[in-house]
Amino acid sequence: MSEAKIQIKSLYKIFGKNPSAAMEYVKNGVGKDELLEKHNHVLGLKDINLDIQSESIQVVMGLSGSGKSTLIRHINRLIEPTDGSVTVDGDEVLKMNEEQLRSFRRSKTAMVFQRFALLPHKTVLQNTIFGLHIQNIAEEDAKKSALRWIERVGLSGYEDKYPQHLSGGMQQRVGLARALTNDGDILLMDEAFSALDPLIRKDMQDILLELQDELHKTVVFITHDLDEALKIGDRIAILKDGIMDQEGIPAEILLNPKTKYVKDFVEDVNRARVIKAKHIMNEINGQDLNGAMPINQDEFIDRFIDKVIAEKPDNLLIQDKDKKNVGFLSTQKLSEILKR
Amino acid sequence: MSNFLVEFPEMPNKQFREFKKGVDASYKDFAREWGDFIDAMFEPLLKMLVFFEKTLIATPWPIFMIVLLGLTYWGSRSYKLVIGTFLAFVFIGYFRMWDETMSTIAIILTSVIMSVVIGLPTGIAMSRSDRTQSIVTPILDIMQTMPPFVYLIPIVMLMGIGKIPGLIAVVIYAIPPLIRLTNLGIREVDKEALEAADAFGATKKQKLYQVQLPLALPTIFAGINQTIMMALAMVIIASMIGVKGLGQPVLQSIYNQYFTKGVLYGLAIVIVAIVFDRVSQSYGQRIQKHRSGKIV
Repeated sequence: MSEAKIQIKSLYKIFGKNPSAAMEYVKNGVGKDELLEKHNHVLGLKDINLDIQSESIQVVMGLSGSGKSTLIRHINRLIEPTDGSVTVDGDEVLKMNEEQLRSFRRSKTAMVFQRFALLPHKTVLQNTIFGLHIQNIAEEDAKKSALRWIERVGLSGYEDKYPQHLSGGMQQRVGLARALTNDGDILLMDEAFSALDPLIRKDMQDILLELQDELHKTVVFITHDLDEALKIGDRIAILKDGIMDQEGIPAEILLNPKTKYVKDFVEDVNRARVIKAKHIMNEINGQDLNGAMPINQDEFIDRFIDKVIAEKPDNLLIQDKDKKNVGFLSTQKLSEILKR
Repeated sequence: MSNFLVEFPEMPNKQFREFKKGVDASYKDFAREWGDFIDAMFEPLLKMLVFFEKTLIATPWPIFMIVLLGLTYWGSRSYKLVIGTFLAFVFIGYFRMWDETMSTIAIILTSVIMSVVIGLPTGIAMSRSDRTQSIVTPILDIMQTMPPFVYLIPIVMLMGIGKIPGLIAVVIYAIPPLIRLTNLGIREVDKEALEAADAFGATKKQKLYQVQLPLALPTIFAGINQTIMMALAMVIIASMIGVKGLGQPVLQSIYNQYFTKGVLYGLAIVIVAIVFDRVSQSYGQRIQKHRSGKIV
């Protein structure tokens, strides 16, 4: 596999008066509650290791207080870590000086915030252009680029409105347009859709996926909503109390939850909508697959389950998009997975 | 022993006299030494004040009225306020208080300009460092609680009686709210907006001019409004050390028990205060109109 776009290595963050002293306790195994009670420091993140691949959507999920927002802010160093390393394209973010950090933020990253964080005294266009404006990019070019993204997120005609005149969903479109106008490789989204109504949230998720198909950015997406995580994440990392419980592709997390916390989390999920045929297939090893029903490996279970019920085959033959056989799945196993 | 408990162990009389004499003498020496230099330093300010005063008094009243009403409308966009201002200044003119009012407006103008020039940067500096804040805050506390008469004494000793000492007294009295509210306004700016500016790679200067100051503007404007009001309140006290304007006749009326004259000039001060207050407030609200509004 190629070198990860973003590499986070043994990252620690402790909030309090003397983090380095508290580090010793944490390394000796003192937990979050004990650290707060006995030493009056808050454990933000403990020994986080995460490789984020280029052009993928990495979801970081956890409940409030799990440290997910703290983690994303380490990538563009809005928060200084207590210990550890964060590299982007091989460059150590934590060693950058003020000037280097500023140019890194300007050229490589863009961020979308939970509460939008638009500037109320600037219009939609002025907000969208903000990232380019502070880089002193020629007004005409900046405007052209901003207008393109305003149109792309469906806000044409609102360029001269102020944020307060827009609904929450529209404000976050401005937030998204502002981030995209900056044109960094990395898009950091901190609970970007959490403040929106369910329907609008779904719209925004679709917009994001549609844009990602085209732009292939490296997206780090924070959420507390498992359905959202499963829908948009190529990979999901689950955080609890500052510790990463599990990291993997959505199906892996659903099928093999490593801890009780993750298990509780994924219990009520409709597996048929998240798991693809290729996630649960077995290797073909001379089985008799006569009469097996051919299924594309990238189909979700809920897309082929009706066919399986109607035709009642014993086995499914899993194929890739060129109709080459890549594996098989017994109907019995499929039913077990759905029942579990 | 019993005496010790009843009476506070105080400084012996003789030593206390020496102490007072010593401080007085050294301040007098300082005043003699530096008085002229400090006078010269404030020369440009005096010129500005005199210029405003002369211009306002020399301006024919209809022109002044038109400009004033124009400004009132520009600031507030309210015809009611324009009519009110017109009637108020007709009252002032008809009861023979025009020139004094012009003098007062001149000193208010000068002291507000000076307050903004000093107060805004001070407030910004305070907002950027807790240390600066912890040093400036007690100074502001002193400025606001010390009776103005007390700091009039050293100012007069240093610069004599006249316009500039009066102006300095007005500024000392009027500047604290502007500094405090500038500091508060900037500190209250939404953390997420600042974080966004950081995330997009804004420099400190860009953050100040594009995020902090614009977002703090309504609060800063409330500070300017307070400064205007306090400056007007100080005009009477400042007239004791030679500031011309609406304060002097009031002072005379107190000494000589001229009831009607006192009330009239008192009313004139109230009128100027109300007009300035309403216009600056509605201007302050108007510049932040886009902050509220209907959802489309």
